[in-house]
Amino acid sequence: MQLTVNGTTHEVDVEDDMPLLWVLRDELGITGVKYGCGIAQCGACTVIVDGYAERSCQIAAADVDGPVTTIEGLGTPQTLHAVQEAWIEHQVAQCGYCQSGQIMNAAAFLAETPDPADDEIDDAMSGNLCRCGTYPRIRAAVKSAATKLKRA
Amino acid sequence: MSRLGKIARRTFLIGSAAVAGGVVFGVYAARTPHPNPLAETLADGEASFNPWIKIDGEKITLITPHSDVGQGVRHMQAMLIAEEMDLDPGQFTTDFGAPDPAYWNRAFSEEGAPFMSRDESRGAETARTVVGYAVKMFGIQATGGSTAVADSFDKLREAGAVARETLKLAASQRTGVPVAELTTASAAVRLPDGSEIAYTELAADAATLDPVTDVTLREPADWRLIGKPQQRLDIVGKSTGTATYGIDLKMDGMVHASVRFNPRQGGPLNGYDASAAEAMRGVQRILPVTNGVAVIADNTWRTFQALDAIDYDWGPAPYPPEQDAHWEVLANSFTDNRLDSEWRHEGDVPAALAGAETIAAEYRAPYVAHAPLEPLNALILVTENRVDIWAGHQIPRTVEDMVAGITGHDVKNVHFHNQYAGGSFGHRLEFENIRYAAEIGAQMVGTPVKLTFRREEDFAHDFPRQIAMARGAGVVTGGKIGTCDLSICSPSPIASQMPRANFPAPPGPDMQIVAGAWNMPYKIDNLRVRAYRAPELAPVSSWRSVGASHAGFFAESFVDELIHAAGQDPLEARLAMCDYDIARNVLEAVAEMSNWGTDPGENRGRGVAFVSSFGTPTAEVVEVTAGEDGIRIDKVFVAADVGTVVDPVNFENHVQGAVVWGLGHAMNCEITYSDGMAEQSNYDLHPAMRLYQCPEIAVRALENQSKIRGIGEPPVPPAASALANAIFAATGQRLREMPFNKFVDFV
Ligand code: FES
Ligand code: FES
Repeated sequence: MQLTVNGTTHEVDVEDDMPLLWVLRDELGITGVKYGCGIAQCGACTVIVDGYAERSCQIAAADVDGPVTTIEGLGTPQTLHAVQEAWIEHQVAQCGYCQSGQIMNAAAFLAETPDPADDEIDDAMSGNLCRCGTYPRIRAAVKSAATKLKRA
Repeated sequence: MSRLGKIARRTFLIGSAAVAGGVVFGVYAARTPHPNPLAETLADGEASFNPWIKIDGEKITLITPHSDVGQGVRHMQAMLIAEEMDLDPGQFTTDFGAPDPAYWNRAFSEEGAPFMSRDESRGAETARTVVGYAVKMFGIQATGGSTAVADSFDKLREAGAVARETLKLAASQRTGVPVAELTTASAAVRLPDGSEIAYTELAADAATLDPVTDVTLREPADWRLIGKPQQRLDIVGKSTGTATYGIDLKMDGMVHASVRFNPRQGGPLNGYDASAAEAMRGVQRILPVTNGVAVIADNTWRTFQALDAIDYDWGPAPYPPEQDAHWEVLANSFTDNRLDSEWRHEGDVPAALAGAETIAAEYRAPYVAHAPLEPLNALILVTENRVDIWAGHQIPRTVEDMVAGITGHDVKNVHFHNQYAGGSFGHRLEFENIRYAAEIGAQMVGTPVKLTFRREEDFAHDFPRQIAMARGAGVVTGGKIGTCDLSICSPSPIASQMPRANFPAPPGPDMQIVAGAWNMPYKIDNLRVRAYRAPELAPVSSWRSVGASHAGFFAESFVDELIHAAGQDPLEARLAMCDYDIARNVLEAVAEMSNWGTDPGENRGRGVAFVSSFGTPTAEVVEVTAGEDGIRIDKVFVAADVGTVVDPVNFENHVQGAVVWGLGHAMNCEITYSDGMAEQSNYDLHPAMRLYQCPEIAVRALENQSKIRGIGEPPVPPAASALANAIFAATGQRLREMPFNKFVDFV
């Protein structure tokens, strides 16, 4: 089957039901996307498929019906996405393991909701666990990112 | 004597004890008892002045041996060196370095005991006990117990100063300008005429010199980096998906592995049938491992699928299979023959309790999992002559010993490469990933194998926080607490953990059973804190803040009950009892931050708690609203005294994270056993805190202590009792058992 990830189309030969997460990590070697729980509880595996934040551990490879963006495709250290800039300014990360997923979730959320209210941020971001407890900084960074995106 | 003078003096004394013969101050820094491991690795023209710094013609490398599990210590260690060496961020690279005795953790033996300054003799006694256990438990090089800053603060600044002065000497010899006229800035020596020689240019010269060890550390007023907000070195990588964790490593020819072993921890595997798994796509090998089975395949998911397809016949657990029996063991262990310590007894508690009207209460703290977000993993390559293993771990040298013991290699030929870890909270003091990687690697000689635990496997073998119970009895006299008697019972986390780290269980009491309780800074006429050691049950391990996570909750909840019975204000009463200025200051700080004493509003309540753990006195005030949908935590105010704050941004982030940790688990989490297995296997059943439950958390750092202390763990213990006390203030309901969601709803 064919998968387009971060603008590149790949031919992959995997079982239909292999989760996208493991296609990305082990078949394509894209490791910014993380494995945390495998059951849609942590959000570490969040990627953007056709504009929507999706838990890649929950989508079967055969069901991927649009281009996939992982954190590597959102921005790079040289060309940061506004959400990444905000994450760096607020120094959100501790261990950082959840943050790819947090950032992808925030990016998709802000694209839909450019002017989020506080409770909308809470609702949108509560599916992403952070065991290190960086939530106060995540809230602040989402707000900064919203401001940056509006200016851009 | 100035504070710096005191530090220098203490360093000197310890240095003298460790180095034979007469030494003058400063020699210690370069002549540690262990040889510099970098010396063996140096190429021509490369200089290393001590185990932390290496310079060649092109680059400067700083070795930061403390394991970074998210607490930012790689950055912190580098900044301490950079401060004295005059390096700017971007002018050096960092490396965890190879495990070596030169990187022994000084803070475990110097400051491992949270003893009260007013009680020197008892403190000294306790300190000895702790030193014994710490040395045995952690070996020499280890990260844990909130010690990384305390261990590094003097020695890494000294290391940086030694490098700076030696490079200046090299420049002086080259130019003929006296050292006194040279200065340093931005990785270069500056001459009086304004010209500069880069450190890298001086490396070859400096390599021929004896390190200049008579150095003076900068006064705090001159610090450029310490105490200032800094951009952490790992922050860009961790915000762009470019930071690499152990689980992300790849090698040519690498295969994937996963394991399943008896979920009844320590129980045997009686037999298994893998015939269905053998035929599955991508499966290459099915290997026996201790108490379980490993699958080798070409994709991690395929290893999980194959493990699911195997039939296992698991043997029984070596502990009671049902949770109720665990509690029963604790309830029956408050007996004289199980008395572990009685380090606090002031006045005459038995006499004061006899015949008095007593207030009694019983408390419980459940097993809780560490469950860091990055599942356990390790990459290993075993060849005939050597073993390389890559993983995030907090006790590097024990990793090498353990691997050598399994593969049969000489430990000199086992090389551990530490990695950034996606959290730990104590989990990466355990060795399951290391042991199983070694067992698998030994059966896959010549092939690199990456072992990844499925999340459920990680939960099943989490070695949770110990369960604990407390019984309190108190008497209120004259409008205040007259008597407080607290007995705490738990299995010893240290006795359980150490044999798994290949250390013998230490003799003597386990101070973790009463950590954070026995040292409460209160003057009460009759005060006693006793520890009872329950027999070992399910295997348990150090969980962020270890014993203080239960004992702090018990002590501050029971004290709060007595204060209430006495009709006092919870914060005023604590201040009135407090006989330690440093503690008083943090209590006063949270009182001011939270506007304590003002009306919190309808259906709202405030609770306060104070616990000193790992030498860091920490006070918290929690504010809640009891609404129709349940309890909402609105705000938390935290003040902690760590002596000196190295990085205020990281400090705030970690205090907030520790509060989220303390609250989230107290509210929502427990591990319970049924049929010998943990009933909670993933985050759906052990969610801790999610963002929508997270309060605003205001943080204040105090710097009144003379010693520098860590902050990773100390804000955890007060959180649970401050929350319970706040819920009581808002609703009149006392919560004496965690998790609280068994008794109240949270929004
Ligand atoms: S790994 Fe997909 S949600 Fe946790
Ligand atoms: S930063 Fe560690 S899990 Fe979020």
